[in-house]
Amino acid sequence: MKMNGAQMVLSCLEAEGVDVVFGYPGGAVLTLYDEIYKKGLRHILARHEQGAAHAADGYARASGKTGVVIATSGPGATNLVTGIANAYMDSIPLVAITGQVARPGIGTDAFQEADITGITLPITKHNYLITELQELPRIFKEAFHIAGTGRKGPVLIDLPKDLQAEEGEFVYPERVEMPTYRPVYEGHMGQVSKAATAIRKAKKPLIYSGGGVVSSGAHAELLEFSQYARIPVTTTLTGLGSIPCQYEYYLGMPGMHGTYAANHAISNADLIIAVGARFDDRVTGRLDTFAVNAQVIHIDIDPAEIGKNVIVAIPIVGDVKMVLRELLKKLKPGDTAAWCKQVLSWKKDRPLRYQQMPDAPLKPQFVINELYRLTAGDAIITTDVGQHQMWAAQYYHLERPRTFITSGGLGTMGFGFPAAIGAQVAFPGRTVICIAGDGSFQMNSQELATAACYNLPVKVAIINNQYLGMVRQWQEFFYGSRYSQSCLAGSPDFVKLAEAYGVVGLRARTVDEVPEVIKAALQTAGPVVMDFSVDPQENVLPMVAPNTSIVEMIGGDTP
Amino acid sequence: MKRILAILVEDRPGVLTRVSGLFSRRGYNIQNIAVGRTIEPGISRMTVTVEADRLTVEQVVKQLNKLVNVLKVSDLTDESSVGRELMLIKVKAEPEKRSDIQQMVATFRAKIIDVSPDSMIVEVTGDEGKLQAFMLMMQEFGIKEIASTGNVSLLRGGRTTREARG
Repeated sequence: MKMNGAQMVLSCLEAEGVDVVFGYPGGAVLTLYDEIYKKGLRHILARHEQGAAHAADGYARASGKTGVVIATSGPGATNLVTGIANAYMDSIPLVAITGQVARPGIGTDAFQEADITGITLPITKHNYLITELQELPRIFKEAFHIAGTGRKGPVLIDLPKDLQAEEGEFVYPERVEMPTYRPVYEGHMGQVSKAATAIRKAKKPLIYSGGGVVSSGAHAELLEFSQYARIPVTTTLTGLGSIPCQYEYYLGMPGMHGTYAANHAISNADLIIAVGARFDDRVTGRLDTFAVNAQVIHIDIDPAEIGKNVIVAIPIVGDVKMVLRELLKKLKPGDTAAWCKQVLSWKKDRPLRYQQMPDAPLKPQFVINELYRLTAGDAIITTDVGQHQMWAAQYYHLERPRTFITSGGLGTMGFGFPAAIGAQVAFPGRTVICIAGDGSFQMNSQELATAACYNLPVKVAIINNQYLGMVRQWQEFFYGSRYSQSCLAGSPDFVKLAEAYGVVGLRARTVDEVPEVIKAALQTAGPVVMDFSVDPQENVLPMVAPNTSIVEMIGGDTP
Repeated sequence: MKRILAILVEDRPGVLTRVSGLFSRRGYNIQNIAVGRTIEPGISRMTVTVEADRLTVEQVVKQLNKLVNVLKVSDLTDESSVGRELMLIKVKAEPEKRSDIQQMVATFRAKIIDVSPDSMIVEVTGDEGKLQAFMLMMQEFGIKEIASTGNVSLLRGGRTTREARG
């Protein structure tokens, strides 16, 4: 069928089952946007390309589908960079389509030209500059295939302006032929048997699971594995929700702001079964003190993660869901009773804790606990980055995967709110709450217009401590309380800011006001901004100082 | 230590950038790199010499394998292989020194490929050790300029790089 490049893009998106895209138009994508207009493809117009990228990312994390974002050339494309890097670090499937100047202009420093394929080389799984129209269908087919298979990630397609208007024959390929790209899904059977034997023999085994479990949809298998083999579980920040919080053997998050039980279990275990996790420095602390008593079994779809940070005794490359299924067939439970008793006593005796006095300033943990209580744990939570993110991870108890959407690897302030918009687009009927900091929220607060225009009922809970809280905390602990540039006093009145966008704004300053505000927000049909004025002195505890052992926990030792 | 990687890649725009970019981004230092065609249309071969320990190189190989345009990566260091570099040396050659230079060129099985009134260009191939030794001898006469390729290597015996391990 004969059509122009822009029409081809729309046909490719249709063939890939894309029913919504996020984006922002501009000079180099006018032809593409003209086709979007004619075809009526659902398009969510953000107010900044970064917001569009994070929204596509949030959509992908909530739904499990590949998110699509469109931007123009030059500044449009460079504004996507943080969003693409964010998706790359957390292995989120994303296809970014950027306009490029017309082919004769490429390399001439033309108006709004940027070498976006060069710029995004280290932060995409792969990228393409289309130079021949006949390559467009194959490239789109490959891009979606690469983004959504193996270790998922972002792929960028750069589309010159003149190519969008050029006419050619369109045939969408039925399958991809990429001899250089063949992810391994099935684990090596010999390795799986070895793992089963090691697990049966272990006296103090621990499951350490991460975002790979969410990505692979292996939460049911993970829970079955833990229950059947009677092995306690700790999950990383990006894995939260893949194990129900109420589960008896669940220890919470490990690492820098992890639980006493999780960190001590890691340090005392004789076997660690890492499932779709990558031994990030925020988890391991100082590497030569990490899990010194344990052998490691590492199950991951990315061979490059195995042996990257820790020595692995039994590597298994494969999709964690498929590997866990095979492992379950071969597994016989070992004798872990004494170990479980020990670990569960840590869990019981050293829980996370905070104290909210009735007349004292609001504790951020209390606010998050109330959000949890009043939503019955059933909301999709997104967060920004900083103290509030850690408190959300600690105190919003999750029951299901894909309900905790947070920037783990890149740690992007400003992610949470646009990601909540994306999640709400994926699930219009569910409660989506963005737990934000006053600093982070201001990094993408322009997206209030997006939420308002599409009447996306996202609820934003700003944990407002008038500081870049995590920076302030590090300055207090490690820089002699010299609060260099971390005070954000003078930020806008968030209630008025919301109202300026036509969004409901609410404020709580006291313990009594918190549930009233949350209830009012949940009963509001449209978007709401809740401003919680909290105690600026509060710190995230426990805390492991950077590059120390994870059992040296500030505020973790007193029961 | 020095390790030699043979990398088969699809011959697409930007592939060299992707490969060299990966090395620099992950902090691995390339000593030299040679890129050329293969007998398969559309496939190029890179030979990269990198200074790193075994664990680091294992990580490099895994990361390279993740690049979509990379077909095969093989660490030739521990395999039986032959490697050669080519070097062109422009050496000062006053008429009275020419026969001395010619003698040295013969000893090293090098070749004189250009002569001018006061200089010569010598072409020499070999492994790094031979090239170093030859350069040392040429320094006596005065080297004006050198140009050299990176190392190119093949496995000994009938096995091809595609058939090599990992």
